Amino acid sequence: MIGLVVVSHSRRLAEGVAELAGQMAPDVTIAPAGGDGDGGLGTDYVAVTEAIEQAGGDGVVVVYDLGSARMVADMAAEEAAIEVRVVDAPLVEGAVAAAVAAQGGANLEAVAAAARQAAQESGWTTTADSPGGADRGLRPPSPSSQGGPTISAGDAESGRGGLSVFGEIMETGAGGRAGEAGEVGEVRARVVLTNSVGLHARPAALVARAVAGLDARVVVRFDGREADATSVLALMGLGAAGGALVEVVAAGVDAVEAVRRVEGLAARGFDE
Amino acid sequence: MAALVCTAESLADALRAAARVISEHRDELVRLDREIGDGDHGENMNRGFTAVVSKLDSSSPETPGAVLKLVASTLISTVGGAAGPLYGTAFLRAAAAVGDAAELDPPLVAKALQAALEGVVARGKASVGDKTMVDALTPAVAAAESVAVTDGDVASVLSAAAEAAEQGAESTVPLVARKGRASYLGERSAGHLDPGARSTALLLRTFAGAIRSGSPR
Repeated sequence: MIGLVVVSHSRRLAEGVAELAGQMAPDVTIAPAGGDGDGGLGTDYVAVTEAIEQAGGDGVVVVYDLGSARMVADMAAEEAAIEVRVVDAPLVEGAVAAAVAAQGGANLEAVAAAARQAAQESGWTTTADSPGGADRGLRPPSPSSQGGPTISAGDAESGRGGLSVFGEIMETGAGGRAGEAGEVGEVRARVVLTNSVGLHARPAALVARAVAGLDARVVVRFDGREADATSVLALMGLGAAGGALVEVVAAGVDAVEAVRRVEGLAARGFDE
Repeated sequence: MAALVCTAESLADALRAAARVISEHRDELVRLDREIGDGDHGENMNRGFTAVVSKLDSSSPETPGAVLKLVASTLISTVGGAAGPLYGTAFLRAAAAVGDAAELDPPLVAKALQAALEGVVARGKASVGDKTMVDALTPAVAAAESVAVTDGDVASVLSAAAEAAEQGAESTVPLVARKGRASYLGERSAGHLDPGARSTALLLRTFAGAIRSGSPR
């Protein structure tokens, strides 16, 4: 497993970021290296070196806060006995994204990429407004094509009362049910978030982890937007609160399994 | 008589002198860094060079390269902020450039300074005009090289480098910082001397003086 090191000028900041990221990645070693080693603000080469050793594992990804933290991290990385990637990423988002990727068993490059991409993610991408608009092979929900309730923020709100979970597979792509004989199909399910906080940090991390290893592209849609289900930050950025009705759309060999996993999590109230 | 070459001993003496000068200028560096940075440069440099002196007291490296390496590892582990990695890398690259030569002649000194500059640029990603120590070190290297290829001795090479570094440091005053903590200030960083450029000039001036007054050969 890949470890994570958080380098900050502030000891408390490094520890706080490590704590926050650790909540979503219980098995990942996240070592904070903050402060000048003397109780003040600064960066400490020796502390960073030790944190890298502590995080160890199959490699270490380092995130940092300000300029000199990068230089100290670079030096420590060059001297380290194991592979280290120092990643330019927003500290909090980068640490969270990297931790979740590492928890999912991603390799060093993938964990580093997850942190790096956190910089580009404003949290979500907007889907096309027109119902028929194709988006990378995944069609947005078209009210006319569905027998069930239309998906809108209003319906999501109304779902808060009676519905618990209805997560039946609604549709597959042309060519039959997804998953059969390796066909690349599309699987959709509408899921009500029965937990109180919705797709907040921890539930989002559970979803991202659940689909991370699968051969499927999975998105979660809510309120006209969609988020990559492997991205904790993107999922959180949807702002889907408790009681919200979201749509899970998966394409790929493991699409059925991906949707079932998300349904399962939602059905259990994300183990809250 | 000026020193023609630089030995491990004379280099160690120069570093002890540097520690004294840094200590004397500690408050000045603190003040400069408070104006446009986080205010820790004087304290950090003083801590680092104090540690260098005690390392030199407890071990006696036999070559100039070994002295430079000892300085590098000490500064890296004791100087916080950007100065630790930057000066640490500078001394480390200088050590690599001189290898295990028993004495440094003018071309080797110029080569060491050139390597130090390359290390600082690689580590800090700064260019001339960014209001950093690169603004002092770059002209210093050029001056050292031009003296080294004529008939200068080591002290003359270092004097020329110090002179150019002082001018380079002064040139940072009107600049708007593009690297380091001062860059967050934007336009407000103009009108201040860069503390890293200042400490670079101080070190080179001290090395030049110490080598010149060192034991004649």
